[in-house]
Amino acid sequence: MSDTIPIQLTVNGRQRSLRVAPHHTLLDVLRDDLDLTGAKECCLVGECGACTVIVDGRTVDSCLVLAVEVDGASVTTVEGLARDGSLSPLQQAFLDRGAAQCGYCIPGQLMSAHALLETNPHPSLDDVQEGLAGNLCRCAGYQQIVDAVLAAADGADR
Amino acid sequence: MHPFAYERPGSLAEAIALLGRHGAEARLLAGGTDLIIRLRDGSLRPSVVIDLKRVEELRPAIREEDGRLSISATSVMTDIAADPRVRRHFVALAEAAAVIGSVQIRNRATLAGNICNASPAADTAPSLLVYGAVVVAAGPAGTRRIPIDEFFVRSGATTLQRDELVAAVELPLPARRIGAAHVRRTRRRGHDLASVTLTCGVDDAGVTRLAYGSVGPRPVLEVDESGTLADPGSTGEARAGVLERMFLGASPSPRSMRASPEYRVAMLRALGERALRMALDRLGGG
Repeated sequence: MSDTIPIQLTVNGRQRSLRVAPHHTLLDVLRDDLDLTGAKECCLVGECGACTVIVDGRTVDSCLVLAVEVDGASVTTVEGLARDGSLSPLQQAFLDRGAAQCGYCIPGQLMSAHALLETNPHPSLDDVQEGLAGNLCRCAGYQQIVDAVLAAADGADR
Repeated sequence: MHPFAYERPGSLAEAIALLGRHGAEARLLAGGTDLIIRLRDGSLRPSVVIDLKRVEELRPAIREEDGRLSISATSVMTDIAADPRVRRHFVALAEAAAVIGSVQIRNRATLAGNICNASPAADTAPSLLVYGAVVVAAGPAGTRRIPIDEFFVRSGATTLQRDELVAAVELPLPARRIGAAHVRRTRRRGHDLASVTLTCGVDDAGVTRLAYGSVGPRPVLEVDESGTLADPGSTGEARAGVLERMFLGASPSPRSMRASPEYRVAMLRALGERALRMALDRLGGG
């Protein structure tokens, strides 16, 4: 029962081969086996979005995905947003707008916002609110978060 | 989480054989948005989890064939909500799929999983009832087709047999023009389970189909063939009387944490009228 299964996946552009227990989630494996602690463990029922990562272009709650399910997939975590040591424009907008208060939800917010802007580069306010509805902020800093996403989207025009 | 073995069949025959071999010890995994929560809280402790996502015949697909739209078992809400054929012929299903959970949930949650989980609050159920969906169940003896109204039994229970799995959900392409709308009430805007979820469909022959959930052990379908609801000349009083009779099937639980029975019944009336208006507008607008 505790047999492990070999999986291969791409995490933030890097090929990884590892063995995982079937009952370990993607979140468990990212944090405990790959030492990528950006995705946070919080509600564990898919309501808060603190564990949000992108799998093959789409956001998922990594607490509700078994690691074996992503065998062969490409995973992006918040650690994969910066390029060559520079924050992405979206991350910079979060900083500039003071979107991070306690910061715990921010990796998840960033991943949802990143995925939103990939498919909808010019979102309306409603689009941003709907796109980020699965990410709760316990500091209730929603206004600054939404402002940051809209600012990053505007910035993409220049 | 309790340890379990993991199986990843590549064919439908293999999946059914695994299900037959492990019986009650097995659980099927599609999107996992319900299953993994229950594996973690210990309310389900299967010895084996059978992942259906690599089954060739069940790959995500929405196909138009033989006068119906067939939605495969691993199709997710995001794709169903965006599919042009679903939006054209079954707009109330697209609307329901678009409000389930959050983006993250819709990217994983499947239509098949939503009906197999058989939550009374399942948002796709009322639309499937209104459109007369058919569940394609695959088992050792082959496939059988179960009308959706005969599929739901009560919370967590369906007429699917232990050795069967849902291969697809089929929607007959409407022979008549239908105006339909899905509406729901939640405690807060955004990501929440429905306190009332309801779909109304009116066809150009004046038949009104109304289905609602989250107000009893299973979603309910009612049909008004009198034409009263569809008739623009009907008085408000006449319509209210018909709607009231259609809501007799509601029996909301007094123990729910989401809403009181009184609130649910009041919202049922309000949403019923709203969905009927929307359905009539859409029928009129083509």
